[in-house]
Amino acid sequence: MAMLDLKLLRDLGRLWAQGLAIALVMACGVSTIIISVGAYRSLEETQSAFYERYRFGTVFASAVRAPRHLKSRIEHIAGVTAADLRIVQPVLIDVAGMREPASGLAVSVPDFEEASVNQLYLRYGRLPEESRKNEVAVVETFANAHGFRLGDSFDAIMNGRKQKLLIVGIVLSPEFIYAIGPGDMVPDPRRFGVFFMSLKKLSGLFDLEGAFNSLSLTTLRNADTRIIVDEVDDILKPYGGSGAYDRKDQVSHAFLDSELDQLRAMSSVIPPIFLLVAAFLVNMILSRLITLEREQIGLLKALGYGNVAIGGHFAKLVVVIALVGLLIGSLSGFWLGRGLTRLYATFYSFPFLIFRHSIDLYLLAGGVTVAAALAGAAKAIWTVVILPPAVAMRPPAPTTYRSFFVGQLQRLGIFSQLSIMAFRHLIRWPVRTLLTTLGTSLSVALLITSLFSYDSIDYMIDAIFFRADRQDASMTFVSDQGLDAISAVASMPGILRVEPFRQTAVTLRNAHREKRMAIVGLAEDTDLSRVLDLDLNPVSPTSSGVILSERVAEILHLKPGMQVEVELLERDKRTALLTVTGLAQSYVGLTAYMRDDALDQLLRDGRRISGVRVSIDSNEMDDLYETIKQTPMVASIALQGISRVRLRETVEENITTMTAVYVILAIIITFGVIYNSARIQLSERARELASLRVFGFTRSEVSSVLMIELGLIVLFAQPLGWVIGYLLSWSVVQGFENDIFRIPLIIKIATYALASLIVTGAALVSALIVRGRVDRLDLIRVLKTRE
Amino acid sequence: MSKPVFQTHDLTKIYRTGDVEVRALNGVDITLYEGEMTVLLGPSGSGKSTFLNIVGGLDRATSGTVRFKDMELTSCSERQLTQYRRNHVGFVFQFYNLIPSLTAWENVAMVTEIARAPMAPDEALAMVGLENRQTHFPAQMSGGEQQRVAIARAIAKRPEVLLCDEPTGALDSKTGILVLEALDKINRELGTTTAIITHNAGIQAIAHRVVSFMDGSISQTHANATRIQPAEVVW
Repeated sequence: MAMLDLKLLRDLGRLWAQGLAIALVMACGVSTIIISVGAYRSLEETQSAFYERYRFGTVFASAVRAPRHLKSRIEHIAGVTAADLRIVQPVLIDVAGMREPASGLAVSVPDFEEASVNQLYLRYGRLPEESRKNEVAVVETFANAHGFRLGDSFDAIMNGRKQKLLIVGIVLSPEFIYAIGPGDMVPDPRRFGVFFMSLKKLSGLFDLEGAFNSLSLTTLRNADTRIIVDEVDDILKPYGGSGAYDRKDQVSHAFLDSELDQLRAMSSVIPPIFLLVAAFLVNMILSRLITLEREQIGLLKALGYGNVAIGGHFAKLVVVIALVGLLIGSLSGFWLGRGLTRLYATFYSFPFLIFRHSIDLYLLAGGVTVAAALAGAAKAIWTVVILPPAVAMRPPAPTTYRSFFVGQLQRLGIFSQLSIMAFRHLIRWPVRTLLTTLGTSLSVALLITSLFSYDSIDYMIDAIFFRADRQDASMTFVSDQGLDAISAVASMPGILRVEPFRQTAVTLRNAHREKRMAIVGLAEDTDLSRVLDLDLNPVSPTSSGVILSERVAEILHLKPGMQVEVELLERDKRTALLTVTGLAQSYVGLTAYMRDDALDQLLRDGRRISGVRVSIDSNEMDDLYETIKQTPMVASIALQGISRVRLRETVEENITTMTAVYVILAIIITFGVIYNSARIQLSERARELASLRVFGFTRSEVSSVLMIELGLIVLFAQPLGWVIGYLLSWSVVQGFENDIFRIPLIIKIATYALASLIVTGAALVSALIVRGRVDRLDLIRVLKTRE
Repeated sequence: MSKPVFQTHDLTKIYRTGDVEVRALNGVDITLYEGEMTVLLGPSGSGKSTFLNIVGGLDRATSGTVRFKDMELTSCSERQLTQYRRNHVGFVFQFYNLIPSLTAWENVAMVTEIARAPMAPDEALAMVGLENRQTHFPAQMSGGEQQRVAIARAIAKRPEVLLCDEPTGALDSKTGILVLEALDKINRELGTTTAIITHNAGIQAIAHRVVSFMDGSISQTHANATRIQPAEVVW
């Protein structure tokens, strides 16, 4: 082995603690990328494989009652490869032992043939057949939530009659990966179940023999779905078609895509920050470490080693450290990423999981870390290599310090000479002090960025459930009802207040920009469910015109006062022009609001309502549930309290894991920065500190010089970290924004405090470790060597 | 005869590195008296620095005893040694060991802040003739000036003993003499017991007594009947 390599090994042995700290910082950067990008890519891959293998539809439509003979017309639309004409009916589910009614969706499966679109993945049992018993296959999440097994049964109110349904199969469907019930923001498999029944059986139950009310198509890969959507609309128009739509507007797909978007936002914002911070820190630490090797470099030059050999030697040191970091990061990233992907997969109910091992990620992460490490070292090595050996071998010329204002202060006798030593040292190396401060503040910022989402979601939940939608429950009707439905609901047990709403599917358009959504019509004095302006103050819908949620206005490039074209999808695609009268804050979905009478006028069918929002006397809840279960008019009921709890639970499940990982990584980074800064500080000043010991200063007095320096750096790093953390969080929020969810940027004081506390704690631990080293300073040796 | 300050008995120091044993001190018996200026002479490795480090509380003996007045140094704890250095001993080293980030005045004040009955930093600096250099940083002063700051720092706490390890080793003759004059003045005016290590034999003539070290033992001691002034030292 070449002597230089032997030296390399021994140097690594000597520097192992610092090397490991640097490697861990690098590992954090590497693993965040592998974890989050890996999870995102695996889920995306799994999604597309599931879609492809089980023929997930690309165009969807619904009608009131359309004859089945339309099938060949539909199949002959250019670009359509298969069409499934089905019956899909919302139902109320009554599970034994569950107080509140659950919502369900009954979906038909073809008899005697395999579905050509949206095939089911059969986990257990078989598909339902037409038989005397009502055989059903239920989606796995619903079965799991109730502990259903094959042969179990439950009740559903179908077309006003209670039916006993027998479970013969447990399935997963590409159409219901994200099975979300009415009024919910996240899936609640206990209260929302999808089940499949024989087409014949289902058409019998709903008096739809020879007819269908839902359509799903697969199309050629390059087909223009917009044209197909138009043609389907033409075909279904006479049969109460409510507007066909592309896969991107399909509920499960849109939610899944939005979640994947958020995952992508997390993976495109946070890991690069970690990686950059790690790279920055490694750069800073290594350059200082190499500077300490100055005399050795001089000596090697004096012995006749060339610049390249010396540069190579130190580069190897750096590369070894970087490789250790890469290895730790890759292994932990691989392991954690797999776990996280599994967690997501269970949540989204995929039948299988495809892990994607992206070599490019490892290369990217590895490349960035090694390059950052080398860049940090290169500058330091170069500065030393260009010196003549005799100069390099001598320690650097004594540093000239300046008095600054400290000189005046010390005459006041406030600061001890030890504090002044610390102050001067900090001021003497302003760039280094700044960089270390910046490094520490980045740790604070990373923690804030990892933790703030709790605050934002708390705020969002407060805004949605306590300011905007304050009802206890919303009921939607099977079809729009006359005003007598209000009194029907009001007479149910326990109902304290009833507020009707009307809702219709529309496409809003401004020039070439358009968006499909619902317009909700509300009464002027609506109090349970309120429209909030951008400052979260309730506003009444104006007697004419439309209020758009902020996101809709952004997408369509509309401002108050401008005109928007409204295409009524359930009214022959009739269009009307409305004035935008205001903007509403909304964190979930895309919505537009109108006064109910204005919407009635627009729809030209008199006063109709789509559902009601109610407040309920909680003592009479059970009676109410019983009544609702026997009211055919009610298609679904959404319970705000349960939705809220469920949202919080889901958010906690999903965010907590990710946050925990990020917080741990941020702590490691903090520790890495501060421990290394302190160690280097100590090496540079060992002689000075040993001299203090010789003069009779106690160990704690001597340590206090380093502690004051570290303390000041940690102190100044806090406000800077808060600012950077705010900016990083802002960029995460921007990445999160999509049509389904927007989170407000809210960071509580407590979060800033917690981030600071964690960083200060990590600093304290590393300071204590270094303190131990101060205690063991070799007094005699340092005095014998020249400065 | 004045009172003894240091009394060593059979003082031995063995350094072990791996299998190699080096006897740095080999049974040294000596007494240094109050107000006495002693020069310790000897070639490199003769044990004089080891001796100074042990009596200064910087190092521990392997065997034997060191008594400082009524205090048994060899049985002191680490904490007691720190207190001993803080309160009783002034050190001067070959390479000054000033704190580069503190001015001359501050370097002295650093010690007076923790001493029991110190003189003012200004007074200590005046004693070594540096009253005009108070606000200078070490990097702005010559070697001789830096060493005199080190002496001022050492004496500012009014130590009983002043231990100097090659105080002129890094200096030319002219500045070296200035440093010796400062040491001589302190010895005379404050009565501080002073031990100076040197391998410059010319310096021995300024001492009351000269102790020669050889291979870890004292080879010879003699008292100077007449002392010369530092200015007369032949370099």
